[in-house]
Amino acid sequence: MTTQTLSLAPWLVATPLIGAALLLLVGRRSDRWGHWLGVLASTATFVIGLVILLDMLGVDAEQRVATSSVGTWIDAGAFTVDLGFQLDPLSMTFVMLVSFVGTLIHVYSVAYMSHDRDRRRFFAYLNLFVAAMLLLVLADNYLLLFVGWEGVGLASYLLIGFWDHKLPNAVAGKKAFLMNRVGDMGLIVAMMLMLATFGALDFGTVLGSAEAADQGITTAIGLMLLLAACGKSAQLPLQAWLGDAMAGPTPVSALIHAATMVTAGVYLLVRSGPLLEAAPDAQLVVAIVGALTLLFGAIVGCAKDDIKKALAASTMSQIGYMMLAAGLGPVGYAFAIFHLVTHGFFKAGLFLGAGSVMHAMDDDVDMRRFGGLARLLPVTAITMGLGWLAILGVPPFSGFYSKDKIIETAFVGEGWQPWVFGTAALLGAGITAYYMSRLFFMTFAGRRRWLIGEGAEARHPHESPALMIWPMIILAVGSVGLGFALNAGDRFVHWLEPVTGHAEHEEPVLPIWLIVSLTLLLVVVGAAIAFRQYAVAKVPTTPPPAPALVRAARVDLHQDDVNETLVMRPGQYLTRSMVFADRTAVDAGWLGLAGGVGRLGSWLRGWQSGYARQYAAITLGGLGVIVLVIWLVATAG
Amino acid sequence: MELTNYLYLAVVLFALGATTVLLRRNTIVVFMGIELMLNATNLALVTFARMHGDITGQVLAFFVMVVAAAEVVVGLAIIVTIFRARRSASVDDVNLLKS
Repeated sequence: MTTQTLSLAPWLVATPLIGAALLLLVGRRSDRWGHWLGVLASTATFVIGLVILLDMLGVDAEQRVATSSVGTWIDAGAFTVDLGFQLDPLSMTFVMLVSFVGTLIHVYSVAYMSHDRDRRRFFAYLNLFVAAMLLLVLADNYLLLFVGWEGVGLASYLLIGFWDHKLPNAVAGKKAFLMNRVGDMGLIVAMMLMLATFGALDFGTVLGSAEAADQGITTAIGLMLLLAACGKSAQLPLQAWLGDAMAGPTPVSALIHAATMVTAGVYLLVRSGPLLEAAPDAQLVVAIVGALTLLFGAIVGCAKDDIKKALAASTMSQIGYMMLAAGLGPVGYAFAIFHLVTHGFFKAGLFLGAGSVMHAMDDDVDMRRFGGLARLLPVTAITMGLGWLAILGVPPFSGFYSKDKIIETAFVGEGWQPWVFGTAALLGAGITAYYMSRLFFMTFAGRRRWLIGEGAEARHPHESPALMIWPMIILAVGSVGLGFALNAGDRFVHWLEPVTGHAEHEEPVLPIWLIVSLTLLLVVVGAAIAFRQYAVAKVPTTPPPAPALVRAARVDLHQDDVNETLVMRPGQYLTRSMVFADRTAVDAGWLGLAGGVGRLGSWLRGWQSGYARQYAAITLGGLGVIVLVIWLVATAG
Repeated sequence: MELTNYLYLAVVLFALGATTVLLRRNTIVVFMGIELMLNATNLALVTFARMHGDITGQVLAFFVMVVAAAEVVVGLAIIVTIFRARRSASVDDVNLLKS
């Protein structure tokens, strides 16, 4: 790539950052045009990214990996960290996804947030998020990546709690922030281990020398990176924040908590691929976490009546697929990223559709109060329908290409692993079909349940304005065609090869045609059950009594109870006992000493009578004592 | 005459001075007691100088005299000032510094 193109890399981060800074510093004076500035910054970022991408496509695969350094950031003797940017197919994939979907969601937000008096601040945070996310994916070392990592966490926190005048929203933001801190500790520990083992934090050194390092160390680093990824990507056991994060405005849920930020964990693991390959145990744990989360999210998604929370559970589950793929080694990396990209499109589209439905339904999110909206919101219904078919994995929609590859790859291997992972992925596909169809039918098919009960007359669902419709249409087109376009001739896999390395194709334990037909069969069965229950049958407007598993899934399989029992209460007990110990032991000691000194002072104060003759007598007495001592010493000597 | 007799005299004078300081309330008299103690010390110093055949004690006595002269000036000034302020020459009335 040319040096001119390389020198553009910092501008990818700087452009949205300048946008955010302007919007925040200029303040209310920019209220009238601030949102368009935000859109402009995001669009400019996309254009810069496009220029770099076109330049990258013009060179041979071997020359597509390049780094450019703005300067030295930290210089401490033998340890230096550069403000370095790495341009390669992986980071460019993310740049394009983030800036393209980001720009669409900026446009959508102009209309969606038009009634909000803080719209400018919202756009400032969105710009801040784009800048931080691009820094995360462009950094050429773990420390700079960490800056972006924290930046997206901050933006996520600010945007979840955007309507912080409502207490639950503020609490949700805090919850997300705190749970992410746990993951961040993992990344910090991983960096410390890298620094101690390899003496550097840049990808080149760390990943280059991972193979030669002690396997115990690489396993520890791998597990710490996984912890970090679990925090950011809402994987077990740090998954509990994502559902609550839906308290933020819907465009935020679409961009940050579905399409981009939550996939940062997958990026981290794929980027650290050579490290994980040097630690097979950690790799296995990654796959197990992914498999567990994909089932966990899918089960939770089946019972949620809140349209956004159902989509959040689905996001968790889909990222579980990506984690599973990332844990399968080099064969899975490309498919993890492939699914990440297609998921970014159809899930963002689904969320924007959900936002459009909420827009029509006066911000109601209860799907039991939706129904029969297809005719009133035709564009929303069609775009969401395409996204729905894409996430189901129906050919030829994009989810089919990406998810099916992951299921196939999960069946590759020896021993018990292909059977367990493959079955989990297969089951997940079936459950996904059920809950996504449930969501779609509950919203768009069946009776118009919003006509039941109070306030029904006031409801006149209407299609959203053009600024909201067009981003949804564009994302829907992506949901339809992206998978086919990128999969043709394994284009995407080859595109990523400079980063992920070339992986030999291995045959799964089951024939591919059987896996594909099993997947499609499960998908059809799942969708059919959902159709019978939610499109044909009457849907009650209040949750009906249900078996234990459904009741558990309604409360996220008791994830908050588990966290409270295992972590929060022991933690509170620990802090309380620390406070108690501090008071009774440490404080009591020092307070006792201070009290003793005080009492001594009070006693000595009694001697200050104010009578000069008494002082003289004391002086004389003292003199007498001195003379006596001298005399005693002299006679003894 | 035995030189120690001078020392006895010095002790008696010092004790007299100290007793005066402790027992009398009149500031002027207390002041005189202090002077007496200083001069008792001077006598002891001079006596020791003679006993050891060394003039250090005599030199020290001169220093004490000089300091005493200065002290008399300052001390009397303070006493007069206090008397003007408080209309009293009793040491017990000067007790503003008590706790």
